[in-house]
Parts: sequence; structure tokens; C-alpha cells
Amino acid sequence: MAERPEDLNLPNAVITRIIKEALPDGVNISKEARSAISRAASVFVLYATSCANNFAMKGKRKTLNASDVLSAMEEMEFQRFVTPLKEALEAYRREQKGKKEASEQKKKDRDKKTDSEEQDKSRDEDNDEDEERLEEEEQNEEEEVDN
Amino acid sequence: MADVVVGKDKCGEQRLVSLPLSRIRVIMKSSPEVSSINQEALVLTAKATELFVQYLATYSYRHGSGKEKKALTYSDLSNTAEESETFQFLADILPKKILASKYLKMLKEKREEEENNKDESEDDEAES
Repeated sequence: MAERPEDLNLPNAVITRIIKEALPDGVNISKEARSAISRAASVFVLYATSCANNFAMKGKRKTLNASDVLSAMEEMEFQRFVTPLKEALEAYRREQKGKKEASEQKKKDRDKKTDSEEQDKSRDEDNDEDEERLEEEEQNEEEEVDN
Repeated sequence: MADVVVGKDKCGEQRLVSLPLSRIRVIMKSSPEVSSINQEALVLTAKATELFVQYLATYSYRHGSGKEKKALTYSDLSNTAEESETFQFLADILPKKILASKYLKMLKEKREEEENNKDESEDDEAES
């Protein structure tokens, strides 16, 4: 896949926000400085990836994983990032677990409803409501599917 | 693919990561020897990049042009790249800037120096 130059840049708006939140109020950031930080961030990603990849290769793995990234940070002398990254990883894992449990629960609920629908064919009103709810849930599920 | 982790939540919780994962992924994949990247590694790299941006900005600001503060300039950043070992890897992409006139003067002085060295060595050869 041929990458266009702009694809290797990170969105200006997000970079600017991160910078502003980090600096004291009222500090002005020149356009040049912003652009420079954005480029630096892209270089950082490349450097971190290359470093993490070395750890993966050492472990005879082809897929970069979380511990490779953490090892890379230490190697690059950004040990100060390790603790917040570990916390972020925990939060991410909890969130993923929560999502999985939620969708499994929804599936159980849906199966239960389908069973009761078949039993109550005479109650038309209720059936309509159930169908609407089912449709909504299906829509929600589509939104949540990430990959 | 989710562009922002924990983005669309209705409870108003803080996002875990603001940088778009899809873009981070493109950059990571542009690295030659990388085959595949697990989702956790992607999230951590994005988060690390945010931490890096914060660190670079605050470090450069603190070590920057003392009095006339309330501004972060390009030279603050290039100074950081040159002076701090941690940020050395940025030296090539954040070069120091000098006036064209100054650069031309430097070039001229360098050429004169090389000329002088050449003359000296020729003299040496002549003597032996």
C-alpha cells in the first residue's frame, strides 16, 4: 500500500489539544512549533515501533504485543511512560471485558425473547413492541462492532 | 476499526486515547520489518505518543527562552532536540535555524580554513 505523505501525519486538531492541555493556560504555541511537534510524534511512533519489533523478533514472534511496546519505552529511555501505560492497558482490558460481557448478555436476552414470542402469537401489540426493541438492539450491536 | 478507544460513551467518561488508531496503525505498518500488530500494542503506542507530545511540549517550554515566556516556539523545540539526550533522535527533523547570511558567512570561513590547511601541507611537501 502506497502511503501518501499526509497519511503519516497525525491530525492537527488532536495534537494541538494535547499540547494545550499540557501547557499552562494562556501559553501561545506558534504554528511552526505545532507542526514540528506533530512531525516529532510521527517519528516517535516509527522509532517506538521499530524498537518494539526488535523485542518481538527476540521472542520469535511476528505480532507486536503490549509488552513489546512497554519494553521499547524503557529502551528508548521513556521509563516515565511505563506506569501510565500499564494503567491504560488495565483500563482497556477491563473495557474490552465489559463489552464482551454486555454483548453476550444481550444475546441471551434476545434468545429469551424469541422463545416467548413464539409462545404468544395471539398478542399482536406485544409482538410489535418486541420487534422494535430487537431492531434497536441489532443496530446498537452494529455500532459496537469495532473491527 | 475503532478510531477512538472508548470514544462513544454516553456516560461522559474521559477517552482513553484521543489519537486516531487507524492513523497510528498506518504509521506503524510503514516500518519495513513489522508484520502484524496486536490491538493492545496499537492502543499503547497511541497512548505513548500522547504522553510523548505532552512531555516534549512541557520540557521544551520549561527549558525554553526564559523571560519572554507565554509562548512555545520552534527554537525551543530544536534546542531540546539538540541538548537533551532523551530527545536526540529528533535532531535531524528539528534542525536549528540560522539566517541565510550567517550560513553563507560560515561557508566562506570554512572554505578559507581549508585553503589555509592546503597551503601549509604544500609547504611541508616542498621542504621534504
